[in-house]
Amino acid sequence: MARLIDAASIIRSKNAGPFTITIDILFREKECAVKAYSYLTPERIASLYKEDPSRIEVILYEPANAVKINIPRKVPAGHPGDTDVYGAQQHAPLLELEIPFGCK
Amino acid sequence: METRIYSPTAILGYGFPKESLERALQEEPDIIAVDAGSTDPGPYYLGEGIPFVTDSMLYRDLTLLIEASYKHKIPLAIGTSGGSGARSHVDKTLSIIKDILKEKSYRARIAVVYSDVDKKKLMKLLTERKHRPLGKNNPLGELTEDKIRESTRIVAQLGIEPIMKALDEEPDIIVAGRVVDVAVFAALSWIRNQHKGLAVHLGKVLECGAIAAEPGSGSDGMMGILRNNEFEVYSVNPSRRATVLSVAEHALYERTDPFREYVPGGYADLSQATYEDAGYGHVVVKGTGWVDLGERYVKLEGARLAGHRYVVVAGVRDPLFISRREELVDKAIEAVKERIHGEYNIYVHFYGANAVMGDREPNPVPGHELGIIIEVVSRDQELSKTIAGSVRSTLLHLGWPGRITTAGNLALPFSPSDLYAGKTYEWSIWHLIEERDPLEFSSLRVLEV
Repeated sequence: MARLIDAASIIRSKNAGPFTITIDILFREKECAVKAYSYLTPERIASLYKEDPSRIEVILYEPANAVKINIPRKVPAGHPGDTDVYGAQQHAPLLELEIPFGCK
Repeated sequence: METRIYSPTAILGYGFPKESLERALQEEPDIIAVDAGSTDPGPYYLGEGIPFVTDSMLYRDLTLLIEASYKHKIPLAIGTSGGSGARSHVDKTLSIIKDILKEKSYRARIAVVYSDVDKKKLMKLLTERKHRPLGKNNPLGELTEDKIRESTRIVAQLGIEPIMKALDEEPDIIVAGRVVDVAVFAALSWIRNQHKGLAVHLGKVLECGAIAAEPGSGSDGMMGILRNNEFEVYSVNPSRRATVLSVAEHALYERTDPFREYVPGGYADLSQATYEDAGYGHVVVKGTGWVDLGERYVKLEGARLAGHRYVVVAGVRDPLFISRREELVDKAIEAVKERIHGEYNIYVHFYGANAVMGDREPNPVPGHELGIIIEVVSRDQELSKTIAGSVRSTLLHLGWPGRITTAGNLALPFSPSDLYAGKTYEWSIWHLIEERDPLEFSSLRVLEV
């Protein structure tokens, strides 16, 4: 099976406000973003991130061939005990995710 | 009718090529607008009242922008001055501007927009107005008198109207406190009764400078032109281009919802927006809508002191210790807690194992080396220092079954080994409150310098 890192052109994470990490996955083609959107269910993301599925949001954004994933933070950005103030390195569990479709 | 807006950089103080500004001036912008703020670096900067860029970087960027503004008679508008937009941030920016004007013997009319919220006034508003935590993952709970009292600084994130009011004064320079990211970019277009949604959408593209170009950069500019039913964006730097994807993609950036850009009173609806390649690295956007919400809410931001932080950085090379790291560190912390009582928090980060992702790390397997950062936070600086030193020395000499490194468990890279990392803050307020008048939370001061 292919991995998400092979299918996507960009996989990035960043704060969207201090309480949420937003992950953008961009593909070269719209078709692929649509396939990824239906595969990357909140349940699947929740198990990768050890989170409750009801707290995961997945959005298809066709203008940029993108899937957006919103995940709650464990510790607000910049509070004592935080480990990633900008939330810029929380994308890694997605890289090796095996996907049942190929992309250009 | 068209409004021509130049955004020189993503954040004032991040720098930009001088050549880009010179090229932009040939495009005859009606306004040079720049965002100086972000909450991304954390609550520390609002709490402590200082910018997250250095004075010398602010001075460098402002010198070039003021020179351009003065020579070409183009107003310069700065949003969320000093990073967080509280009075101390605004006044710091203003004092640098005054120094530059004096040095160059320029005269300028400056409109200053403050956005600080008085604690007593806010406590009174608590019972009169609707308010709620902003964001569905917001853990702060309801806005209370305690939260207001504990905050060292509180600002209101103003909408577009206070900047419109400042522009009415025909200033050469606007120095604004905390405002929505798009405020300084959209205000002139709103005065001219252009499409509100397109103006806000254009503001969202421009506020990060050339981040919306290809290749992207937070240290270069972007030009935008708002017309009747569309806007056009492009880079003035020939080594960058706006592309359909780079501009469309930008709506995703640092936002949970790529289809809506909120300002007090309404939002730009991007769901029907279309992006067209206009050639030569120009992109034209149409179809953005505007939704008027009928009621106005403004976001309040407040930070409170969490304490004084000491940090211990240590390395471990012994494989036996690495394999038992959590148990051994817990043991050292327990021993310290038994000896020293008081209110303090200890956070342990295992670099090489799971320091970046914590419990969410799918592969917490360390390599041959392990980095340990021990973070101690308490309201008492001396207590933080004592705890950090005690955890460090206890862990260094901790005995455990099977230990062969009986002279010491840690490789400490620094002497002194316990580093004071300053004060640390938390968000105390991240709430929406009902606003009855668009200028209610702002105050305007005009000065001739």
